[in-house]
Amino acid sequence: MAPKINIKQLNLFYGDKQALFNVSLTLPAFQTTALIGPSGCGKSSFLRCLNRMNDIIPNIHLEGQVLLEGQDIYAPSVDVVALRTRVGMVFQKPNPFPRSIYENVAYGPRIHSLFKTKAQLDNIVENSLIRAGLWGEVKDRLSQPATRLSGGQQQRLCIARAIAVNPEVILMDEPCSALDPIATAKVEELIDELREKFTIVIVTHNLQQAARVSQQTAFFHSGYLVEAGETGALFTMPEDERTQGYITGRYG
Amino acid sequence: MRSLFLERIVHIFLLICALAAIIVTIGIVVSLIGEAFRFFARVSIFDFLFGLTWAPHTLSTGEAKGFGIIPLFIGTALITLIAMIVAVPCGTLVAIYLSEYASSSTRQILKPLLETLAGIPTLVYGFFAATTLAPFLKNFAEFFHISLSSESALNAGLVMGIMILPYMSSLAEDALHHLPFNLREGSMGLGATSSETILRVLLPAAFPNLMAAFLLSLSRAIGETMIVVMAAGLSANLTFNPLSAVTTVTVQIVNLLTGDQEFDNAKTLAAFGLGFVLFILTLFLNILALYGIKRYKRIYG
Ligand SMILES: Nc1ncnc2c1ncn2[C@@H]1O[C@H](COP(=O)(O)OP(=O)(O)OP(=O)(O)O)[C@@H](O)[C@H]1O
Ligand SMILES: [Mg+2]
Repeated sequence: MAPKINIKQLNLFYGDKQALFNVSLTLPAFQTTALIGPSGCGKSSFLRCLNRMNDIIPNIHLEGQVLLEGQDIYAPSVDVVALRTRVGMVFQKPNPFPRSIYENVAYGPRIHSLFKTKAQLDNIVENSLIRAGLWGEVKDRLSQPATRLSGGQQQRLCIARAIAVNPEVILMDEPCSALDPIATAKVEELIDELREKFTIVIVTHNLQQAARVSQQTAFFHSGYLVEAGETGALFTMPEDERTQGYITGRYG
Repeated sequence: MRSLFLERIVHIFLLICALAAIIVTIGIVVSLIGEAFRFFARVSIFDFLFGLTWAPHTLSTGEAKGFGIIPLFIGTALITLIAMIVAVPCGTLVAIYLSEYASSSTRQILKPLLETLAGIPTLVYGFFAATTLAPFLKNFAEFFHISLSSESALNAGLVMGIMILPYMSSLAEDALHHLPFNLREGSMGLGATSSETILRVLLPAAFPNLMAAFLLSLSRAIGETMIVVMAAGLSANLTFNPLSAVTTVTVQIVNLLTGDQEFDNAKTLAAFGLGFVLFILTLFLNILALYGIKRYKRIYG
């Protein structure tokens, strides 16, 4: 499978504190990559390097390369706004805007002028909600505030919002950690379907989840990428003893 | 045992403190209403509320004409409007700068500075209005061949706007700064720029608290007296012209009660009538605001 994103020798510093050490990883297109590892090992930091969400944080410093289809996203000529439409993000805690369901999904298309007529926008909103598996539940109340939805629905709305701008890659940081098992199952199912159209990177603390939804898994430990490989292989025959320890629950 | 007993004492003491505050408030309202009704026994409430002439000092005791408060309320509204036109947009922009654009070190310098400005006695602002801004406005107007009295609604309104500006921006800054960071992330993650995020996500999300900031500022403007005495004057002209001298409700209350006064004639009692109407008005504004904010919060969480 062709690589979608190629990370080369990535080092990340918060002020003087180094959070990532020489991380190199390839993310194949139309596959889901799971990032696992103990708390504070740098999974979120790594994920946020992939669409430059770290730019918002002051005193951050980065070395190495992140190539999106061969193009370095940290090159000075890169337009961050355009980059983030290509690489979307779903966060740990559902964060719908305090506006209507419709306006939440329409937000991205509106700021990027992705439509000409109202009918086209309606179409984008409907399709995104259908793909996020939420259409049936909200089609009669699109004008209601998004904050009235349940947590699971809110998270699927955030996924719909992310896919409405038609990204190529979707980054998800523990998207199910605030959800109950039923809502989690729905989101997992959704991730599996989305793989047809998108390249997905998901951070999770739930190892079963990583095993269920991903094709590739990467194990991080104190800022280092210890081991990455095909998910089945990594869970059954880890090469590094730290990986072995983590997946058998000896620490983490 | 002993600590339980102490807890009870503390409990009762705190209850008394709370009750005292409530009782004083009730007392104020009751005395205000009582005196106001004594006034309305002498002057018809209709003439008072809808009369177009305010001239209590030209009257002999007991006369009922000249107690029309419309000029005072229009004066108050005019000055308040000018002040809010200055304070609200500028205050919001300052808040946006401080909360979203300023580096944390800039913020650490500017925020306390603003709060200091908010604490300057209004008398000082009044001096500024009377001795600096008034002559400047006058010269400025003369340049365009407009005659401007040294006391004007414009002068008072501008200075009041400057006075309220730090207050408004400090409150608005709090409203923006306390929004969850994940709203910003959500918007930026979709490729929005900072300004798009502010305009389309943060301002709407902070709306209830911005509204509260606006209303607190409005109450301050309506209640402000010193600046108006010094910058807008005492003449109760019925006009919407910001260039002419006007007066306000609070100034007239002070004016009616200054000096040794007996509380038995219509002239002094009129102060309570004014106070009463002002009280009802601000109460109504506050209730409206609370209701609006609650409603908005119920809808958008
Ligand atoms: N904004 C920041 N400023 C300074 N240090 C940070 C910042 N964000 C993260 N760190 C540090 O970087 C390291 C990696 O954090 P990160 O959030 O990436 O871990 P994580 O693997 O996502 O953990 P978790 O599973 O708990 O979410 C931690 O030591 C953390 O303290
Ligand atoms: Mg994390």
